[in-house]
Amino acid sequence: MKRKTLLLAAAAVLPAAAAVAQEGSLTIVSWGGAYSMSQQKAYHEPYTDKTGTRILTQDESANALAGIRSQVDAGNVTWDVVDMLQADAQRACDEGLIMQIPHDEWLAEAPDGTPPSDDFIEGTLGECFIPQILYATMFAYNEEAFPDGGPQTVADIWDLEAFPGTRSLQKIPQKNLEWALIADGVPGDEVYDVLATQEGQDRAFAKLDEIKDNVIWWSEGAQPPQMLADKEAVIATAYNGRIFNAQVSEDQPFQIMWDGQMFEVDGWVVPVEKSDEQLELIKDYLYFATDTQRLADQAKYIPYAPARQSSVPMVSTHEETGVEMQPHMPTTEKNFQNAVQFNTDFWADYGDLLEERFNAWLAQ
Amino acid sequence: MADIPAAGTVPEMRRDEELTTADGRPLRVALRRSQRQLRRRAFYLVAPLLVFLLVTFGWPIANMIAGSVYNPEVAHFLPLTSSAISDWDGEDVPGEDVFAAMAMDMESGLANRTIGRAAGRINREIPGARSLVMGTARDLEDMQPPYREAFLAEDERWGDLEFWRLIKRETRIVTPAYYLLALDFEYNSRGEIVERPEIYQVYRQLFWRTAWMSLTITALCVLLGYPVAHLLATLPLKTSNVLMILVLLPFWTSLLVRTSAWIVLLQQQGVINDLLVWANIIDASGRIRMIYNQTGTIIAMTHILLPFMILPLYSVMKTIPPSYMRAARSLGATQFTAFTKVYMPLTIPGVAAGVLLVFILAIGYYITPALVGGESGIFISNLIAQNMQGTSAQLKLASALATILLVGVLFFYWLFNKLIGVDRLKFG
Amino acid sequence: MPEASTRQSDPGAASYVRFEGVQKSYDGETLVVKDLNLDIARGEFLTMLGPSGSGKTTCLMMLAGFESTTHGAIYLHDQRIDNVPPHKRGIGMVFQNYALFPHMTVRENLAFPLKVRGMGRSDIETRVKRALEMVELPNFGDRRPAQLSGGQQQRVAVARALVFEPDLVLMDEPLGALDKQLREQMQFEIKHIHESLGVTVVYVTHDQTEALTMSDRVAVFNDGVIKQLSTPDVLYEEPANAFVAQFIGENNRLYGEVVEAGDAGSAVTVRLDSGQHVKALPVAVSGARGERTTLSLRPERVKVNPPEGSVPNVLEGKVAEVIYLGDHIRTRFSVAGHDDFVVKIPNAAEHPRMHEGDMVKLGWAIEDCRALDA
Repeated sequence: MKRKTLLLAAAAVLPAAAAVAQEGSLTIVSWGGAYSMSQQKAYHEPYTDKTGTRILTQDESANALAGIRSQVDAGNVTWDVVDMLQADAQRACDEGLIMQIPHDEWLAEAPDGTPPSDDFIEGTLGECFIPQILYATMFAYNEEAFPDGGPQTVADIWDLEAFPGTRSLQKIPQKNLEWALIADGVPGDEVYDVLATQEGQDRAFAKLDEIKDNVIWWSEGAQPPQMLADKEAVIATAYNGRIFNAQVSEDQPFQIMWDGQMFEVDGWVVPVEKSDEQLELIKDYLYFATDTQRLADQAKYIPYAPARQSSVPMVSTHEETGVEMQPHMPTTEKNFQNAVQFNTDFWADYGDLLEERFNAWLAQ
Repeated sequence: MADIPAAGTVPEMRRDEELTTADGRPLRVALRRSQRQLRRRAFYLVAPLLVFLLVTFGWPIANMIAGSVYNPEVAHFLPLTSSAISDWDGEDVPGEDVFAAMAMDMESGLANRTIGRAAGRINREIPGARSLVMGTARDLEDMQPPYREAFLAEDERWGDLEFWRLIKRETRIVTPAYYLLALDFEYNSRGEIVERPEIYQVYRQLFWRTAWMSLTITALCVLLGYPVAHLLATLPLKTSNVLMILVLLPFWTSLLVRTSAWIVLLQQQGVINDLLVWANIIDASGRIRMIYNQTGTIIAMTHILLPFMILPLYSVMKTIPPSYMRAARSLGATQFTAFTKVYMPLTIPGVAAGVLLVFILAIGYYITPALVGGESGIFISNLIAQNMQGTSAQLKLASALATILLVGVLFFYWLFNKLIGVDRLKFG
Repeated sequence: MPEASTRQSDPGAASYVRFEGVQKSYDGETLVVKDLNLDIARGEFLTMLGPSGSGKTTCLMMLAGFESTTHGAIYLHDQRIDNVPPHKRGIGMVFQNYALFPHMTVRENLAFPLKVRGMGRSDIETRVKRALEMVELPNFGDRRPAQLSGGQQQRVAVARALVFEPDLVLMDEPLGALDKQLREQMQFEIKHIHESLGVTVVYVTHDQTEALTMSDRVAVFNDGVIKQLSTPDVLYEEPANAFVAQFIGENNRLYGEVVEAGDAGSAVTVRLDSGQHVKALPVAVSGARGERTTLSLRPERVKVNPPEGSVPNVLEGKVAEVIYLGDHIRTRFSVAGHDDFVVKIPNAAEHPRMHEGDMVKLGWAIEDCRALDA
């Protein structure tokens, strides 16, 4: 996998470098692995073919916020475009580390002429943020552990008698607190209002207490599918792309429970302090890479939903296996019914506090 | 007493009469000059290292310590508010002058994008203040003076005394606030230092856990490493070389690989549990949880740090001639007494060096506890790392935590020096 | 085994330490000690002397209990001890490098054997004090071994080996690390202590001077066997074989074969390889014609230009080298085909100075010329 990525990167970079060294280059930071490869295929390679601009990639998105901050503090910003979670982008934007983006000015219209600000799915655009994909974090389980059928609702996850076994959750308060409230009967659209109150927070932690002894915690995205495969856990929260991979590429008997899925947006940001010349290059790239076709293309390589409404109908099949991608998209009608949008604004306000409380709760 | 030179062999010297060299310069000056040259040359030799250390070590640490107390957000990004609020008595909602200053600060802060940093700083202690400040700032162009009324109409939280008191308090450039947080204390709304509510207390507990788990790991390393080192030091060279490679092998394997190997071994569906089930020692439903908790962290870290104990022990044991044990035995000591009264005391420099190495390494360990520690087996460094990825306030908290950890390590080193004497240590 | 038990219950009355048919092998292929039989009397100062690798130290270690015997038995005080662990043998030992415990003061070192024996504090104190006085270091009790000179450390080591009043003390090349002057002084002191305390001492050294000056008897080891066990004077004057003659003191050797056995074994005639005939005292030859032999002759027993007829053996020698040594003049001759024939000539009026190349007559008595094994 890794070697493949390298080969692809080399294939992309070498001819371009020879042809148009003076055309300039872009340093693009992303997550690495399958996700970076989908960007390589859908965005970078076509762009280099078209313009000759060299694209250098770095797999540093896991430390994006700290990285941008230290580059800006040091006055030496080497990253041009950074792939970032919306929540982190919000923080970086607040701190003035990344540029504000006039979406309609910088980005392409939809094929039918809809301006970008209307074409991107509502609530995904940020002041400094260009959405790219929607991905879901949701519960998945190993079918073999539940021969009579697995959990169907978030409340089922809390039902240790009907669905015994270890759960694996991410070691962060985000999403876990929301699910705890949903399991406790709070409707999805009221979750954040409840969680903004002291009582709501107490209620969420109390609900988590009920399953705490049956939980092991993960911190890397690769862990939950592994734990499910090893049967260290029978139910795990995971990114939908990781589970898709295990299902399709590794034939694992995993099922995704779409109920209560929390979708989140991942996209591009541009650190501040760019020269005008470089900024033009960046804008050109972003105009190309975030248009309707490109976003739809990315879904051939990874089951994350394009952030433009106009891209959704263009999603086709998985490039590698030929699997129809639509059923695996978090935004597909059937999967989307009880979806909850991850509220980055809420977490920008309450993140510090709730992370501390979560750590304290864990340590008890 | 033949060792002491007979009286009179050393020429007597009178203090007040300075000796001179052949050309009449005072001897002392000449000596100092010749030594200065040597010292300068020695300095040039170490200069590259010194510069390297300053750049890669001294500077970042100084930066970190500075970052843990530096508090410019309110004073720099709300400058007018800061000066306007200095006269406020803190007893009632501030007057129009403060609100007007706030409005002007917001206006300029929006333009040069600094308002978010001020808002983030306040939000650190009053969750929700960020969106209050940002929201009001965005709506500012629709507002008219007097701003006091306009703000209060926009959101009643602008009448919150706690908010204004915080701003008044945090106009200082240097603040101990992050150290308070790092020790589970905080300011209450009156500005007094109080313990945080129990549901938020975590850092002291983590420091304490890091210390005692590191001690446990160190003790286990001594218990396991001592016999191995002894074996290494006493076996014939051929055998001990093979054993030595086994000891060093972990050094040549990546930390991640070793930790992952422990996961494979210890997890509930892992090798050890499988063996226990197969041998009917436990039944399939009673598989033991040996990982993702303290046990896992202790086992994996003991294994990883063991060579750091064995090597200094070995190097010390190697220098203890067998005749000491023989002498003790011939003098009537049993094997046990000879070992505890003669051999063990002689190995103390090695034990001490090993303890110092392992304990200090353990106390700052990060990857292994993160992977196998679950929730009960993580260390303070895991929370430091987590905070480093967060907001700038969390970064400062991380700096404060790291500084406390550093001070703790230095304290341990000092204590150790007091008790054992670092000059007596033998690292290998 | 009735025989064995009789032997056990009937050890020689005079024997205090007894090696009986002791053999030792480390690798199962070669014997380091071959069939050792040795009796040591109570109060005796016995030295095991020999080149390195001769088995002397192994014997000492077996006696101390640090090496097991491969075969045979060792008795101490009529008790078989070769299966007794070292700490129960009650034998004091002084090691080559003293083995003073570096983490203890001199006083603690001396108190160690007393403490492990559970002696009372005041008892320990007086004994340690006495021991320090015995070795003339009364004020050194609080020092650490590293703060002492080599000689002082040596004395402390001796004191420690004696402080618990063992009847037997073993010393393993204890003076090896000292310089010559100190060594001689310490030889004297150890001998003095031995005499005043009456302990039995088994002493190992490769230094023959040490062996000769200190011992009641010396056992000369070579190749795992005792070559000769005698008092120092006998060892020097009447070596029983070529190895001992060579190892102890200086020695001139001439090689030849027996041509005529003398009457009643008093003398044999030997034809040297260079052709001359010499009369010698048969010590380790049977006297059969044609038997190879080594003639051994001490350098100080050779007379230069002896009066005609005063000695039975006279050979021509050519001066090869003259070394002036103050009290005597060491002169090397070429004699009978050997150019390493050394004669010590007293620096006295009756002896004229000689010069390189001078031809002289060298003569000696029959009893000074010992016919030993080839």
